[in-house]
Amino acid sequence: MAVPPGVSTRDWETALRQFRQAVGESWVFTSDDDIALYRDAYSPLWGEPEERLVSAALAPDTTEQVSAVVRTANQFRIPVFPISTGKNLGYGGSAPNLSGSVVIDLKRMNRVVEVDDTRHFAIVEPGVAYFDLYRHIQERRLNVWIDCPDPGWGSPVGNSLDHGVGYTFGAYRDHFHSHCGLEAVLPNGDVVRTGMGALPGAKTWAEYRYGFGPTVDGLFAQGNLGIVTKMGFHLLPAPEAYQTSIVTVPRRRDIVPLVDLINELEHQALVGMPEYFSPLGGFGRPGPPPQEFVALMQRPGGPTDEEFDRYAQQRNAGAWSCRLQFYGSPKVVAAHLEHAKDRFAAVVAGSTFQDGELLRFPLNAEQLDRVHKVAVGIPNMSIFSIGARTELNPSPSDGHLWFSPIIPKSGEAVLEAQRVFMDAFAKLGMPSMVSPFTMPATWMHRAFIFIMAFPISRSNVAQNQRTRTVFRELVKVAAEHGWGEYRTAPVFQDDVMAAYSFNNHSLLRLHEAIKDAVDPNGIVAAGRSGIWPRHLRRTRA
Amino acid sequence: MKLVGRWWTVGRGSSLASVAAAVWVALLYIAGVPAYVEVTSARQNDATLQKGNGAYQYWCATCHGRGPGHPGTVALTAKYKGALPGLLEERTDLTPQTVRFAVRRGTSIMPFFRKTEVSDADLDAIAQYLTRRAVPRAGQLNQP
Repeated sequence: MAVPPGVSTRDWETALRQFRQAVGESWVFTSDDDIALYRDAYSPLWGEPEERLVSAALAPDTTEQVSAVVRTANQFRIPVFPISTGKNLGYGGSAPNLSGSVVIDLKRMNRVVEVDDTRHFAIVEPGVAYFDLYRHIQERRLNVWIDCPDPGWGSPVGNSLDHGVGYTFGAYRDHFHSHCGLEAVLPNGDVVRTGMGALPGAKTWAEYRYGFGPTVDGLFAQGNLGIVTKMGFHLLPAPEAYQTSIVTVPRRRDIVPLVDLINELEHQALVGMPEYFSPLGGFGRPGPPPQEFVALMQRPGGPTDEEFDRYAQQRNAGAWSCRLQFYGSPKVVAAHLEHAKDRFAAVVAGSTFQDGELLRFPLNAEQLDRVHKVAVGIPNMSIFSIGARTELNPSPSDGHLWFSPIIPKSGEAVLEAQRVFMDAFAKLGMPSMVSPFTMPATWMHRAFIFIMAFPISRSNVAQNQRTRTVFRELVKVAAEHGWGEYRTAPVFQDDVMAAYSFNNHSLLRLHEAIKDAVDPNGIVAAGRSGIWPRHLRRTRA
Repeated sequence: MKLVGRWWTVGRGSSLASVAAAVWVALLYIAGVPAYVEVTSARQNDATLQKGNGAYQYWCATCHGRGPGHPGTVALTAKYKGALPGLLEERTDLTPQTVRFAVRRGTSIMPFFRKTEVSDADLDAIAQYLTRRAVPRAGQLNQP
């Protein structure tokens, strides 16, 4: 049986007895087979000595049980690591930063505490999946939407606590931003509620986020000061209708006014999430470009803007497109779409629009099959079609690892990121994951994510090692250009936090001071976001 | 507060039904009327299959369901190229062991599932559900 680091066998046995008393015999997992289920299925360290493994897992059912097991852990200085639904794949899965930690698995805490469809909020426990919350709302015919990330099996609590993002409208897509109030168990077992929740009998816990005094909620997201056991979320009132329209601009340099104009529309709350792509590359246009263009691409400096434009003309395609999404009543949708067309007609010569069908809710079965479900708040799993075996991908990987640098929301920044990362891949001697047609993800309301997915293997250690080396180099390259990752797997969290180094790492030093004060034994999620407890802290270079 | 998880058991009285069935089976054995046991077992099987179907729809069908947008079905269709159905519920060659193996070990980008997600009891029921039409034959393909 594995024993957590720094814990005597005798203390461990006593702690296990107390854990069993707190949560019940059947909810303490210690067998090799059971704890193997807490490995990160997409671990870039799979099978290597450094892989982050657990010594046990506990599955409490209530906040009181969480408090009880945390008190025991604190008594014996046992490192614990909380998970919600444990599906943070590509960013660490259900595995801890510190090997030997005890996972506190909150999946059994799966209660939807409240959904209000006139004041538009929900309060949920960590084990509630997006699928569950959606079903709860549908079964009761409540007039609200959720905003969900690609895989619906994730937890609104867990996703927001890792700064996860979604697909619908404005700031609802930033899941931590749209949270309102939380309950957490502190490292000493004390239970705290933030915002209005600190007021006994509060009537607006999930509506007014500040309560009174300093706001501390952010310390629990990507942090390690406690275990969150409830969260409130603002919800979008269900719109009547939805329509998409694809705007296409003809020239490569048109990316600058394209992004500027869509920023204007989005920040005025006239469109939902914009989805950029190039008709010249990426999904939907498989197969290599013609040989003459490949030659231009391989020339030092790549093609000129004029050569790109000629290539677009030869293909009878535009340079850039964006799928705009409009939500509201049919009249509002029509007015916003008309306004968008007016603005493009005035600013970008040659821009064209291709309107989609106006859809009214509820959708029929045929409409449901073809709509991008997450764009209308319906959780599903179709995103895994990208990584899974298909006719175009006959030998799928065993998982993936996300590299997710934040870049400014401008056309210039996109072109710069393309150049910088293509050069970086060339220097690293690795096929580039970026092309001159790569566009960023737009889940964030006020920034782009220039996201890339590295394949992970459960059998090819050398490939994983190479991937880790490249990943770390890309973190540095990004930082040199003022770009930082918004989220990453435990194995890279020290690297990413090291890049946020203003004033000799003053932010990390603040985190460490708070960590030492709130969690002096350093038991909760040691190493999360590079924040280590004092006894495990490494000397910074 | 409303319990959300394991919704397929809520309101169906399945736990009560299985207890009642077990008691009935015990009484039948004591009374020495084994002819009825087969009928009762069939009812128990129905309950297990119903539970397995519910657990399957909740945990598996989001990827392995019918129609577009189900990556598990797409992946198995690409893997078997018509030699076997892409939809797991249409397979007749699966064994309980292969179902358990896939859920607890994962395959390709499908991760393994913890016991707080799919309990051993739910997994047994899913395995029974997916093998309800099993047709064993020599040299069968039994990988999920």
